[in-house]
Amino acid sequence: MTGIGDHEAAERPNLAAPPRRRLAQRVPVGLLVPAALGLLFLVLPLAGLVIRAPWTTLPERLTEPATLTALGLSLQTATIATVVCLLLGVPLAWLLARVEFRGRRVIRALVTVPLVLPPVVCGVALLLVFGRKGLLGAWLDATFGFTLPFTTTGVIVAEAFVAMPFLVIAVEGALRGADARYEEAAATLGASRWTTFTHVTLPLVAPGVAAGAVLCWARALGEFGATITFAGNYPGITQTMPLAVYQTIESGDLDGAVVLSLILLTVSVTILAALHDRWITSA
Amino acid sequence: MIAVRPDPASDPVVDAHLVIDRGAFRLDLPLHIEAGEVVALLGPNGAGKTTALRALAGLQPLTAGHITLAGRHVDQPDRRLWTPAERRSIGVVFQDYLLFPHLTALDNVAFGLRRHGIDRRAARIRAADWLTRVGLAEQARARPRQLSGGQAQRVALARALAVSPVLLLLDEPLAALDARTRLDTRAELHRHLTDHPGATLLVTHDPLDALVLADRLLIIEDGQVVQNGDAATITAQPRTDYVARLVGLNLYRGTAEGRTVRVSDQFALTIADAMRGDAFVAFPPSAVALHPHQPDGSPRNTWPAVITGLQRHGDNLRVQLDGPIVVAADITPAAAAQLQLTPGQPVWVAVKAAETRAYPADSRLPTADVKDI
Amino acid sequence: MGSRFVRTAVAGLTVLAMGGLVGCGKSMGTADSAPSPGPSSSAVTGTVTVFAAASLTESFTQIGKDFEAANSGSTVKFNFAGSPALATQINQGAPADVFASASPKNMQAVTDAGNGDGSPTTFVKNQLVIAVPKGNPKGIKGLADLTKAGVKVALCAEQVPCGAAASRALAAATVKITPVTLEQDVKAALSKVKLGEVDAALVYRTDAMAASTDVEGVEFPESSSAINEYPIVVLTNAPNKAGAQAFVAYVLSDRGKAVLNAAGFQAP
Repeated sequence: MTGIGDHEAAERPNLAAPPRRRLAQRVPVGLLVPAALGLLFLVLPLAGLVIRAPWTTLPERLTEPATLTALGLSLQTATIATVVCLLLGVPLAWLLARVEFRGRRVIRALVTVPLVLPPVVCGVALLLVFGRKGLLGAWLDATFGFTLPFTTTGVIVAEAFVAMPFLVIAVEGALRGADARYEEAAATLGASRWTTFTHVTLPLVAPGVAAGAVLCWARALGEFGATITFAGNYPGITQTMPLAVYQTIESGDLDGAVVLSLILLTVSVTILAALHDRWITSA
Repeated sequence: MIAVRPDPASDPVVDAHLVIDRGAFRLDLPLHIEAGEVVALLGPNGAGKTTALRALAGLQPLTAGHITLAGRHVDQPDRRLWTPAERRSIGVVFQDYLLFPHLTALDNVAFGLRRHGIDRRAARIRAADWLTRVGLAEQARARPRQLSGGQAQRVALARALAVSPVLLLLDEPLAALDARTRLDTRAELHRHLTDHPGATLLVTHDPLDALVLADRLLIIEDGQVVQNGDAATITAQPRTDYVARLVGLNLYRGTAEGRTVRVSDQFALTIADAMRGDAFVAFPPSAVALHPHQPDGSPRNTWPAVITGLQRHGDNLRVQLDGPIVVAADITPAAAAQLQLTPGQPVWVAVKAAETRAYPADSRLPTADVKDI
Repeated sequence: MGSRFVRTAVAGLTVLAMGGLVGCGKSMGTADSAPSPGPSSSAVTGTVTVFAAASLTESFTQIGKDFEAANSGSTVKFNFAGSPALATQINQGAPADVFASASPKNMQAVTDAGNGDGSPTTFVKNQLVIAVPKGNPKGIKGLADLTKAGVKVALCAEQVPCGAAASRALAAATVKITPVTLEQDVKAALSKVKLGEVDAALVYRTDAMAASTDVEGVEFPESSSAINEYPIVVLTNAPNKAGAQAFVAYVLSDRGKAVLNAAGFQAP
């Protein structure tokens, strides 16, 4: 554990060799080839976007107000959806990881359902519950005169619904991997269960939580099917970037769609790359 | 929750009867520790030492019995009374130290103080004080992964002591250290334990730890107490094979009739002073002499034996011998060379009666089978 | 409702991928073409792929069945979506035989790219109505009622023919409404009414009639200033040219007209 070893276990790589040789020493070809193919598979379509972009008209398209509105809305809703997922998902993950109860396996399977359902179906399901004639929505409408569809809140709900499983799974995994004995140590020092959770457990799994949050944010940012089905499509209120791209394609403006996609691509890559490596890979 | 300095003249700080039933295993351990006393809990693996420690710490509930700390009942199953760990006045040093990796050494030590309601600044000052006391003032800002084993152990100790616990529990505190560090750390630990006003229970399998650090030894095997006393008594009069091995003696049990103790139908040992009844006979390996032929002269204990094993034992050679009784002997290298000892070789064993020690086998205490060393 | 989005999205993405590899405007025909025997009086065989505006869903599906019955050995496959999307797909090389658009504008996009074989023929006209849930709970009588507080309206997006028509009609009535959503094809707008999520939508008369179990159509005078003409054309790179011509002929024939009339379309 904190056994500070005087023993240096692993064999040290030959640091005197030039860098390329060092790499060849460490990576077997059988892994390198599929890895390269996988990388190409992921990167080529992105390259396609970049190459086919209408570079001449790019500057004016970039600053179109509709574009900036959609981008701002996307970033806002994705971030708020991630916060919601954290507030609800971390306790849920803790429940699944640490508390033994009957039907835990079923609950865990249910939690992953939004991953498996097509996003449009998720949108339909949300409508059936929160729509104006939905199970809860009807009551909301009657009592407060408020419904979720066609509102920005509705967008956040749709995004949170599809993205939460990522967070819950990542955090549950991290909690299972965390050493529960630290919690015992905290108890012997006088920490209540809640204090132990906030001061010991959470810091220990923070990298896992961060990784889950990043995945969650990325998924929320790219969410389309549930948003357009549940929240609708209106600029400034519910038209996120993916919806704007869709509308642009549907209206035949392929160039415009490529531009919007490039913007979304650039923004998300920048943000994800700026996050510390440490936070994405687990400790 | 910070304990008041207990009055040595009053009831013991720890008054417990630990009973835990776990399937085939049953722990039944009466335990009393005075203020300022250090008790070492020794025993082979699986004896129940860690279970006992966890029960005292509040990490494991009792099945029956009770635990009272400084007059407060913290665990009484028959009254459904149970105080969880966080509300007991205890401090625990775990075998792996379990220092919180995300906190500095200073904040680790301050952790318990903060949980007891002390504000951050005051807690940090007291924590710094404790770190100085264990000689780690400069390591205050270090993270646990940057500390050496010995340093981590000291931080763990400071963390446990900082909350002034009524009962300090140590689980194999030196086991994770290398031999050299263990030596130094043991001496320092002794100093801190002496200064600690509360009770201390030290779980260990290393007899040297027990002998150096503890005022009293409590030996358990299979969940039962087999011996309870100070180091001198135990070393002089081991009552089980485990203890004998612990203190490095050959131990036999038999019936004493005057100066003879009948160990089996075919064999009896001659002892120095006469006694009667159920008895133990013990002698150290160094008291065993080996001869190529039957020796003449005074020693009254001689018998033929066969060498079954040879090992180095410090500067000497430890010889395992089979025969009417199984014996371990320590022979100097010179003598070994002279005798040309090899496994399977027949030799004659001689033990002077004067070098044996016989004492009554107290039938009050449970006895264990006397196994061969 | 949802499947339309999925289909369009999948079709669109596939087409983009193909377009990227192949370059603009070239088509990669599928292998399904049957070499056509002479003019259309003899029965046609093979698959005819028809890209048609969403508002033609029910009527063209019926026409397709009738056509298959009249020409055994033939199969008609449809791709119903918003007209702009269909035009894009065709121009990106999607393998289609026939294109029926809900507005001349989208048809022009196809013919300008050289993908139309001959000049398009206008075969029907369509007019807007206000679709409301059955029973007209909010008592909508005209465009002005759509501005009332608490009335949620779904419109088609501007680029889609029914959205363009709606704009013209609203301009003619000098009514300004703020919709809660802009849908990509008319069926999507209609479904919002069917689900009860919105109180009204501007859709075609034909759509309201096709959904008459859940929805009723409220006529309004200004719709006559926003009538959409529907052109149809055989495509230049049609894999099944003979089949395409036969289908278009069928649509323009009396039998085709009867189906379209029954659905609520007006004669051109």
